[in-house]
Amino acid sequence: MALTQTRPRRPVRPAPATGAAPRPRRPGLWRRLARDRVLLLMLAPGVAYFLIFEYLPMVGNVIAFQDYVPFIGLADSEWVGLANFERMFTDGAFWNATANTLVISLLQLVFFFPAPIALALLLHSLTRDVVRRVAQSVLYLPHFLSWVIVVALFQQVLSSTGLVNGLLGDAGLHTVHILGNPDMFKPLVVVQVIWKDAGWGTIIFLAALSKVDEQLYEASALDGAGPWRRFWHVTMPSLRPIIVLLLILRLGDILTIGFEQMFLQRDAFGPEAAEVLDTFVYFTGIINGDYGYATAAGLFKGVVGGLLIYAANRVAHWFGEQGVYR
Amino acid sequence: MSTRPAWMERPRPVTVGAKGLALVTLMALVLVPMLVVVSTSLASQQEVDAGGGWVLWPARPSLDAYREILSGGVVTRALAVSAVVTVGGTALSLFVTAMLAYALSRPVVGGRVVMLMALVVFILPHAMIPTYLVVKGLGLLNTLPALILPSLVSVFNLVVMRGFFQGIPQELYDAAQIDGAGDFRVFTRLVLPLSKAVVAVVGLFYAVGYWNAFFSAILYLQDSSRWPISAILRLYVLQGNAIESQENLANEVTYAPQTIQMAVLVLAMLPIVCVYPFLQRHFVKGVLTGAIKS
Repeated sequence: MALTQTRPRRPVRPAPATGAAPRPRRPGLWRRLARDRVLLLMLAPGVAYFLIFEYLPMVGNVIAFQDYVPFIGLADSEWVGLANFERMFTDGAFWNATANTLVISLLQLVFFFPAPIALALLLHSLTRDVVRRVAQSVLYLPHFLSWVIVVALFQQVLSSTGLVNGLLGDAGLHTVHILGNPDMFKPLVVVQVIWKDAGWGTIIFLAALSKVDEQLYEASALDGAGPWRRFWHVTMPSLRPIIVLLLILRLGDILTIGFEQMFLQRDAFGPEAAEVLDTFVYFTGIINGDYGYATAAGLFKGVVGGLLIYAANRVAHWFGEQGVYR
Repeated sequence: MSTRPAWMERPRPVTVGAKGLALVTLMALVLVPMLVVVSTSLASQQEVDAGGGWVLWPARPSLDAYREILSGGVVTRALAVSAVVTVGGTALSLFVTAMLAYALSRPVVGGRVVMLMALVVFILPHAMIPTYLVVKGLGLLNTLPALILPSLVSVFNLVVMRGFFQGIPQELYDAAQIDGAGDFRVFTRLVLPLSKAVVAVVGLFYAVGYWNAFFSAILYLQDSSRWPISAILRLYVLQGNAIESQENLANEVTYAPQTIQMAVLVLAMLPIVCVYPFLQRHFVKGVLTGAIKS
């Protein structure tokens, strides 16, 4: 990643060729600290934020190995080794949450992941700028609505007194029972994700499509390649790296599905169908006060996720793609 | 104007028709639910009842539902909380992020370490329970800062801003230094004025995030009288709780609660829809596409 590059403060000048005593190239640490004191002060609030609200909680994960009692605190709570993890592996609710998480992730991979690609190809194929801009404006909008709003909109449309059932009833057809029906939960959340984020997801593919050299299309068209052959031999190869990259990120995140979306609908559909790992952590930890156990579940999820990212990245390199990091 | 290049075949009418149909359908799928919500919020109770719980287009639109919920009480207070958190949080986040991004765009001592810290935060998942315990330990439970501080800096926004600052030509820094400007002066007088677009985009991103946030309120604030509008929306629309403790409501029964619910929903959506064109415009300018590349 090019994120950690820093540019030299001044153009590097060649060392003076005079016979004077060689001075050190870099000033000492204290000199540099003094020189950069204003910049360091500007760093301070952000660094303080990272330390307090990101790194302190990372360290706080040690309560996964404790029978943590908030009353007593971190220092005096009893250390229990791996007891929380042992309990977790024999806990039916934990495995139910894991299974739901994996099923929803796989459904999203199959049905949601290709949606922005298809949509981007459709948008890219529009040759009228106005049509394209209007379509993009409308299709990006749902991304900026919060999950509360999206779930409320779906409720309004799909409930027994909603738009869809109203129309079905008027047409004399069977009405559908979706909200609160545990069997419908998983398809419903995938449809919601597609509604909210398929449009927004096109951005990265549209950027890749716009960078394809126009001459490639022109040359292949002159050589007699029709639209389909141009699609397979010019368009798809240009999208492949970005598809691989996003697939890796998705695989690394396979244990994470939008927490807010699940949390909002868990009660209506019941934990049997709608509990995922993140909501399991929340309800076990915050609601039931079982802090150590919930943290263990969260830590387990984090560690497995990290391993998955690492593995997926290795696979990507193996296929000759750049991957997330090198 | 069509931008079809000369080498591309003219599409067949069937293709054009299919594409048009697909686009219209997709846009309708996005817009019709919003239209139904707005229409229902503007309708009268009789009309909503007659329509079976929803209205596609109100016959006699009225703002009664809005007048009701904006005349004080739970929703009004929630809107005020949301406004305060959004404005305060955005200002604070923008300030901290911009300073951090600027310092990290310069060759500062320890810059690499801080950048690495940020990237680790970006990659590793957020630990919910320990963060909750930290917020609790700091005595921030049941205070409004709990809605802001735990999500003060977004690493994505940081990377976007830093990337933009790095694009400022070195010559400008050199000139400012020759003029004797210190680092902070360079930041406020040179860098920020040159970076209005990226400040606007990142500010809008933060603002949308703060306005939409509801879980932080549910997690950190026990007292629902301090909840922002998105958390109130969940309580009254998704969970169907009655809007109690609102004296006005008990006397007036001229419109269905459904219209009230939909009015709350519209009010929660409205600011987002209003800032969206600005977000969209800057986005099209490609301020963020550079960051996405990296």
